[in-house]
Amino acid sequence: MRRRDLLLTAAAALAAPRIGRAEAASTLRFIPQADLATLDPHWTTAYVTRNHAYMVYDTLYGSDGKFQASPQMVAGHVIEDDGRRWTLTLRDGLKWHDGEKVLARDCVASIRRWAQRDAFGQALTAVTDELSAPDDTRIVFRLKRPFPLLPTALGKSASPMAGMMPERLASTDSMSQVKEIIGSGPFRFVMDERVPGARAVYARFDGYVPRADGTPDWTAGPKRAHFDRVIWTTIPDPSTASAAVQSGEQDWWEYTTADLLPMLRKDKGVRVDVLDKYGTTEILRFNHLYPPFDNPAVRRAVLGAISQADFMESVAGDDTSMWRDGVGFFCPGTALANDAGMQALNGKRDLARSKRELEAAGYKGERVALMVPTDFPSLKALCDVAADLMGKLGMNVDYQAIDWGTLVQRRAKRDPVDKGGWNAFCTGFNSSDLLNPAGHLPLRANGAKAWFGWPDDPKLEQLRDGWFAAPDAAAQKKLAEEIQLEAFQDVPYVPLGSYMQATAYRADLHGILDGFAIFWNVQRG
Amino acid sequence: MIWRYAGRRILATIPVMGFVALFVFSLLYFAPGDPAAIIAGDQASAEDIVRIRASLGLDRPFIVRFGEWLWQVLHGDLGTSIFANLPVAHMIGQRVEPTLSLMVLTLLFAVAVAVPLGVLAAARAGSWIDRVIMLFAVLGFSVPVFVVGYLLAWVFALQLDWLPVQGYVPLARGVLPWLRNLVMPVIALGAIYIALIARITRAAMLEVLGQDYIRTARAKGLGSLPVLFLHALKNASVPIVTVVGIGVALLIGGAVVTETVFAIPGIGRLVVDAILRRDYPVIQGVTLLFSVVYVLVNLAVDLLYSVLDPRIRQ
Repeated sequence: MRRRDLLLTAAAALAAPRIGRAEAASTLRFIPQADLATLDPHWTTAYVTRNHAYMVYDTLYGSDGKFQASPQMVAGHVIEDDGRRWTLTLRDGLKWHDGEKVLARDCVASIRRWAQRDAFGQALTAVTDELSAPDDTRIVFRLKRPFPLLPTALGKSASPMAGMMPERLASTDSMSQVKEIIGSGPFRFVMDERVPGARAVYARFDGYVPRADGTPDWTAGPKRAHFDRVIWTTIPDPSTASAAVQSGEQDWWEYTTADLLPMLRKDKGVRVDVLDKYGTTEILRFNHLYPPFDNPAVRRAVLGAISQADFMESVAGDDTSMWRDGVGFFCPGTALANDAGMQALNGKRDLARSKRELEAAGYKGERVALMVPTDFPSLKALCDVAADLMGKLGMNVDYQAIDWGTLVQRRAKRDPVDKGGWNAFCTGFNSSDLLNPAGHLPLRANGAKAWFGWPDDPKLEQLRDGWFAAPDAAAQKKLAEEIQLEAFQDVPYVPLGSYMQATAYRADLHGILDGFAIFWNVQRG
Repeated sequence: MIWRYAGRRILATIPVMGFVALFVFSLLYFAPGDPAAIIAGDQASAEDIVRIRASLGLDRPFIVRFGEWLWQVLHGDLGTSIFANLPVAHMIGQRVEPTLSLMVLTLLFAVAVAVPLGVLAAARAGSWIDRVIMLFAVLGFSVPVFVVGYLLAWVFALQLDWLPVQGYVPLARGVLPWLRNLVMPVIALGAIYIALIARITRAAMLEVLGQDYIRTARAKGLGSLPVLFLHALKNASVPIVTVVGIGVALLIGGAVVTETVFAIPGIGRLVVDAILRRDYPVIQGVTLLFSVVYVLVNLAVDLLYSVLDPRIRQ
């Protein structure tokens, strides 16, 4: 090779990033919140899988920013027999990614599979006498009693979403993963280019027909894909992810970290935004089976000492626009959020008083095994604040540093602490999971069948049942207030506040929708 | 003679590998954590978790699971990832090239830089050159890989825009693009390795340079370079080769961090992700692979000893 050729080759190589950027005009390069380990939308509750699923799988209903359901795959529905018979009709032009036509029986099989893994789906199944597909386009629910939330359940954006798939795949046991990733959404998954833990590739599905009506809003309205390809690259290190967006190697980073936000905000080539204004709600969960938290008075004493601002600052820093305190048992800013009993959280904090209440409740220095997932920075920060607070209250805190994988296993154990059990841990829920009693896991109080911690409060369960049967929004709201009042008495858990996670993307992108990482409607230029 | 020695050493690795297989499997069996609980997610009941454990075969006795896994491994099947639902061998196959590229380039770079530095430091022992080289060695050993990585990325990617921040380009897409993505990771990972080899080379050279035959060589009128590189270095090479071999373990550990910092889709990241999720087949497969590599490197080092110093064969 002559010297001049060598120099030219070297120059071309050095210019490669700029050439690559020009070629990327029809490709959206995205850094997801976590590795996309699992592709089956019904099999896992991981939000990264939910985001992937909304690209590949379509839903019968969509959900807008106010969590109102609207038709997506269905053209519409008819309600008969005093709300006990719903007939959903599929719209024309729906196709699977393998070219086959979407049939009603595919959707019936998909609903059945999803409902086995989802709490809202299980509630729907419990009131369903028969689910059938009388022909290729109609899905019929015959219900035991009216269930006005049917479209909300089928269009829920929380995980796991009710994604539709062909019957041959939907008939897979819900405890096993599907073998093929075939949906009818606006993007198809390019399996050949998948590198688990590193890369996922999507190509626009040319056979997708967006709805003709509506406005894009969260998962509602027409889904128009403007990019030919979307490439997800897993970048586990936040500093590297930030640098990749700043340098233009990547277009969009789903969740920035609080410490990098000021730097990203200063970069003129990058825009910082919050897509999910409802954020993540953090909680302190008690084990109701063993002392000291089997005693509601002890739980109330701890509740009385909690300052949500302290917890939120530990997670999201001192930028108060990124977090919220005064958060009750329902998603703040939504229909059922209310002020009933909020004095318990918003009143003046007095540690000496809480300490006296703890003593009066009969606390005798029992060990409190607090599980702290050290590999989960936000939860570790919450646990550190909780441990400090309980220590100040005079509790005998056993700070158990473990990893998240171990916590997930141990929290299912109902054994006493000395046999591997636990007393408390902190965790978070997407606030939209806490919209209403239907999918609100930590508010269930049905004893052994309740979520980890197993609260047992028949009154709370009775109020929940009443909410399902509530005839209108006003009645639902009233029941939500009663539920919250009871929750402040029994304290199944303590809400620790909610915080927002910012997203960062190149300034030349526009049309990014609120909600979560949604890839239709996004354009460059 | 050398072949008989090599044969003996290779046979000796078989029980080592068997022990490693048993150790890895036992460690995971007794470690806390349950992939079924992770898969089941927040909405699952205890019964769901039991069903998932059964569907994954995790409820069977230790000996049955170990026997089945060993049988599969002996037939070249490392199992299927619980989460990715793909064969572990396929997943490792996708990740081998980036990790191998990173490790081999780092090794070559480190040896090419560290050995001359160590020789130079020994030849100029006590001088400012020696002190500067040793200061570099101390720094290289003390500064964590990720700090070096961040600094390099800030300067060469964000400020100068010469090199990419992250990612990996396969060798098949051209040598230069491949190299461009590896320059910073290799320097970041190589720093600690250069420090280690340079210090050992210096110490070994100082010992050799004080020997009578070196004085004889100089008395014969040989120049400094032939004395240092032809006479002294060859005799100082056994400890250097040893530390290069030991360093492969360091490289494996360092590769995990480097791959994370530079978002290189290598085996290091694969195994970290698998550990966090308790994806047992992947952890077992990768650990076994690393063990094989380490055993083979040690074997190669042993064989190299016998070439460098034939007395070792006896």
